[in-house]
Order: sequence, then structure tokens, then C-alpha cells
Amino acid sequence: MATLELRNVNKTYGPGLPDTLKNIELSIKDGEFLILVGPSGCGKSTLMNCIAGLETITGGAIMIGDQDVSGMSPKDRDIAMVFQSYALYPTMSVRENIAFGLKIRKMPAADIDAEVARVAKLLQIEHLLNRKPGQLSGGQQQRVAMGRALARRPKIYLFDEPLSNLDAKLRVEMRTEMKLMHQRLKTTTVYVTHDQIEAMTLGDKVAVMKDGIIQQFGTPKEIYNDPANLFVASFIGSPPMNFVPMRLKRKDGRLVALLDSGQARCELPLGMNDAGLEDRDVILGLRPEQIVLAAGEGNGSSSIRAEVQVTEPTGPDTLVFVQLNDTKVCCRLAPDVAPQVGETLTLQFDPAKVLLFDANTGERLGTVAALPVPGHADNVTQFKGR
Amino acid sequence: MTSFAAKPSISLSRIAIYGVLILAVFLYLIPLVVMLLTSFKTPEDINSGNLLSWPTVVSGIGWVKAWGTVDGYFWNSIKITVPAVLISTAIGALNGYVLSMWRFRGSQLFFGLLLFGCFLPFQTVLLPASFTLGKMGLASTTTGLVFVHVVYGLAFTTLFFRNYYVSVPDALVKAARLDGAGFFTIFRLIILPMSTPIIMVCLIWQFTQIWNDFLFGVVFSSGDSQPITVALNNLVNTSTGAKEYNVDMAAAMIAGLPTLLVYVVAGKYFVRGLTAGAVKG
Repeated sequence: MATLELRNVNKTYGPGLPDTLKNIELSIKDGEFLILVGPSGCGKSTLMNCIAGLETITGGAIMIGDQDVSGMSPKDRDIAMVFQSYALYPTMSVRENIAFGLKIRKMPAADIDAEVARVAKLLQIEHLLNRKPGQLSGGQQQRVAMGRALARRPKIYLFDEPLSNLDAKLRVEMRTEMKLMHQRLKTTTVYVTHDQIEAMTLGDKVAVMKDGIIQQFGTPKEIYNDPANLFVASFIGSPPMNFVPMRLKRKDGRLVALLDSGQARCELPLGMNDAGLEDRDVILGLRPEQIVLAAGEGNGSSSIRAEVQVTEPTGPDTLVFVQLNDTKVCCRLAPDVAPQVGETLTLQFDPAKVLLFDANTGERLGTVAALPVPGHADNVTQFKGR
Repeated sequence: MTSFAAKPSISLSRIAIYGVLILAVFLYLIPLVVMLLTSFKTPEDINSGNLLSWPTVVSGIGWVKAWGTVDGYFWNSIKITVPAVLISTAIGALNGYVLSMWRFRGSQLFFGLLLFGCFLPFQTVLLPASFTLGKMGLASTTTGLVFVHVVYGLAFTTLFFRNYYVSVPDALVKAARLDGAGFFTIFRLIILPMSTPIIMVCLIWQFTQIWNDFLFGVVFSSGDSQPITVALNNLVNTSTGAKEYNVDMAAAMIAGLPTLLVYVVAGKYFVRGLTAGAVKG
């Protein structure tokens, strides 16, 4: 068990080549579950390999507990890793796979047997111990790979997209199981994924990465509700956040966003009131579940009438697409209230939750201030979790 | 589907296919048949009959005489081939392991240069090799010949192993490193156990190459240290006395049998190893 701290970690594969990792700075407490998430090529796997010691860093320090492990070889870091391909030793039985690391570390045979038995029981793979990896299904291989990592009781677990080779149903099952396992074992864990749902559901802390830079580091809630920039906002959330380009205006001393659905216009008062934002090109960020059906005619300035262009029923809710400022906007509505294509409906926004981004740099703009808007929150159709 | 199965299996195209195949088999086997028949004939029989006729008396005299002439050289060949095959395969495996899983700066260039060895004609290395062997004091020795074969074979064995290991997932080595295993432990406990098919390919290839080698044998050995290929040539090319075709044929068969045996024993691995793709992890 240990804390993990990355201090200004840099990685480049050679002079003249672009930095693969740039000034990575993060730290997690003992027992925390850290998610590294980002699109492919963002450096998340490289970062994980650096933590494991499979790749050397070219700057900064990696601290496990109070110890700087940057110069240590992988075997001395007391880390176990689960690979995307599982990397089970094909010629060894499941038992030998789990015992391999213990044997190399010269653990007495009796202890090895006990440890293998413990892990096998924990993962319910006791009946598979004498099989070869080739005789196992994908899900079983995944369990064995986890068992191999669990066996050594290392300071830190690293998971490199461990669920991405499983089919959709099994993936969801294993996700829950991993969370249970972590709650039980409370071992510091770093988990790489490109799946934002895994990131949201599993992590205590999430680091969103792009181009070798951490875009934002925080709790899943912070990342979701308070994204640092356009990239984070677009990457986290499914269906993704809607982005509506527009200019802001100041009216009666308040910032307002001008929305045009083709059928109607509205001047949406915003939850922020920073000076200097008016008359700038901005991008308005609206999560699909934050757009709701208004009761009756809606409430003036924070609602707008719009025509339904496409509907996508997903089961728990129906995605309804309308046009705002010539941009397709997705609204997540309850299936029982979902309208038909061509119908006109009145949509209502929650001004306190609307986000603003700079149209050029993608940076977040404005500071959110709690702003009471009369009557907006009472008739909100609650977004139901999937 | 049943209608296909019920269809009569004899059709014109089928007959044509089998006809061609049988003809091909016949053409390929004729030399072997002639050799076998001749080796069991007496010299008189050979002189009187035609090539394909059955021996009037089945006689082992040719084989006995052939073995009496080449047996020493047969053991020479064994003494050259076995160590040369084993050493070149072992080093090739290690090379392949390094070049695919422990890449270093310039390893691709190194591999590229090594590949030149596969395309280098024997003749071009004769003089430098002879010079080197002389300097090392290994001229005209079995050890020297083993050395030449090992060096020349390395290009091929490295290529085989490297290409086989390239399809082995890197994660295996990474996982083993995290488990605490070092360079040689990983090679011995994880990589080698999964290399059986390619080891077989390598053994067969190297055995065939080295056993059948004539040029290196004739250049780098002399007298009693010559391999069987050279001895066979000397036997067949003697200009004195009457030609003993039965002895020649029997000696040629003796020279060819070991490679044949290796193919029969390990041949299935050869095809499997050449076609084996990624290893299911």
C-alpha cells in the first residue's frame, strides 16, 4: 500500500522528437483508484509504462510512498500490472502463471500454494488452475491475469485497458467486480482506459490526457460538472456535451446567450456574469440531460420552442435532436415524454449548468455563480442513470 | 448439401487431376527407384540389364562395400553437423530474442546487415574464411568447419527466430519483467518453451544445409576430416578400375538418409513452424 506521486514527469523518445509526456504532475493517496483516460495516442499507456518502469522517464520523478523509484528496474518497484492482452504465459498452466512471480521472488513452495489458493478463491478460478491459457475464454483469461497481479500483494496495481478485449456484457460485469475488488482490497490502483464510462464509474480520481499533457485532474464529479476545457467536456459524457457556437450579449447588466431554433429565439440568461465576455465568440456547452421539456409554455427567457429532427430511443431514455444556432443539439428525454419527429416542443435550460468555452483556445470561460432563476428547476424531468 | 455428397466422385476433371499427380509422383520417384534397385544389384547384373529392371539376385554387397568406404566420413559429418546445428540454433534463438524483444538503438540496422549473410554466395567468403581459420589455427580441422557453418548459419537462424518472436506479444516480456524475471530467466522459462515449432524448423533447415554442404567441406577439410559429401564425390569420381555403380548408389543413399530421417521425424513441425502465426496468449 502506498501513495503515488508524479512530479513533473517528462518523456521524449529522442532529441527533436515531440514530447510524449509533458510536465505530468499528479498525486494520489494510499488506496485511491486513479484513472488515466484519453484518446489513443494521448500518452496514457506510456505514462503507465513509466510508472511500471518498463520505460524510462527523461525528466521529473516518480514517487511511491516516500521513495523515488524513477531509476529503479520494474521488479524493484513492487508493482503488478494487468495488460490489455492479458499476457498470460502460454506454455504455463493457470496455477504456474499465478505462481511465476512468487517463484521468481523465491517464496517457499508452501506459501506459494497458499497464495495461489487464496487468489483463486478470491477470483473464483479454482476449477481452472490446471488449464492452459489457450483453453480459457476471454473472461477467464482476464480473471487469471488479475489473479497474477493480486498474488504478489504489491504496493500498486496497474491496469492497462484490462476490459477492452471483453464483449460488452462481460465488460460491464467485470467493471462492477473490479470496483468491488478495490473496495475490498484498498490497494492503490492506476487504471488506463479510453472508455469514459469506466473512467467515471471506477475512479476516485481521473486524469484526462491529450497529446501527452494532463488536461484535467480531479474527481469524476469535477471532471464531469466542471470540465477545464472543451476537450475534457467533449471527451467525458455519453452522449457527448452539445457545443453551440455563438456570441454573448449583455442585457440589463446580465450576460445572455442568443439561441435560435429556426422557430423561435431566446435570450438565455447565464449563470456567470464576468466582465469582458460580451461580444466574444464563445461556445456554449450543454449536457444532453440538462436540457429538459418545459411544462406548458415554458418560462420565457430560459426556454425555447424547437422542432424535433431525429429521435433515437435507447431504452432508458430517448435522445431527441433539434437545431439550435444551426448546430445539431441532443437532448436526453424520458421515453414516455419523448415526442415524434416533426413535432415542436418547448425545451428548458438550466442556466446555472451551462458552460462557456473560448471558441479559439477551447479554454473554459466565466466563473459559475449560483443564480436563482425563477421556476426553472421545479419541473425538470430528472435524468435517469443508465 | 447431401446432393453434393451423393454426386459420383469420378468425373473427367478428377481423372485428369489424378493422372497428372500420378505422373508427377512417378517422375519424382524414378531416380530414387533407380538408385535403390541399382544399389542392390551385382556389378554383372548392372552391366547386363537395363536401369529399371529388377535385380536378378538381391545383393547387399554394394551397401557393405559403400559403408566400408565412407563410414569414417559419415561420422565426420555427424561430428560436424550436430554441434554446428545445435550451436547455430542456440545462438540464433538468443539473437532473435534480443532483436525482437530487447531492441536497442541500431538493432534494426544490425538485423538488416545480418540478413546480408543469407544472400551472400558461399564462394565469396571462401578466401577470407580460409585466412581467418588459418590465423585461428583451425585450418583443416573439424572444429574449423563447425565454426564456419555456425557463422554462416547464424544469418538464417537469427532470421527464423526473430520473425517468429516478432509475433509474440511484447506484453509477455513486460509481464515477466514486472514479475521479477531477468533477461535469461524470461528467455529460458517463457520464450523458449513456446518456441518448439521454430526450433524444429531451424534444426531441419540447418541439418539439411550443413549435412549436404560440399563446398565448405571440400575447401576447409582434408584427408580424414572430410565430410561424407566430399567422400562420396571422391568415391564416385575415381578414374581407376571399373565403375561400381551399386557401391556409388548405396553410398549416395547412405549420404542422403540422415536428412531424410530428420524430415520424417520432424517434418510435421516444419510446415507447422513455417505457417505458425501469432501465439494465442
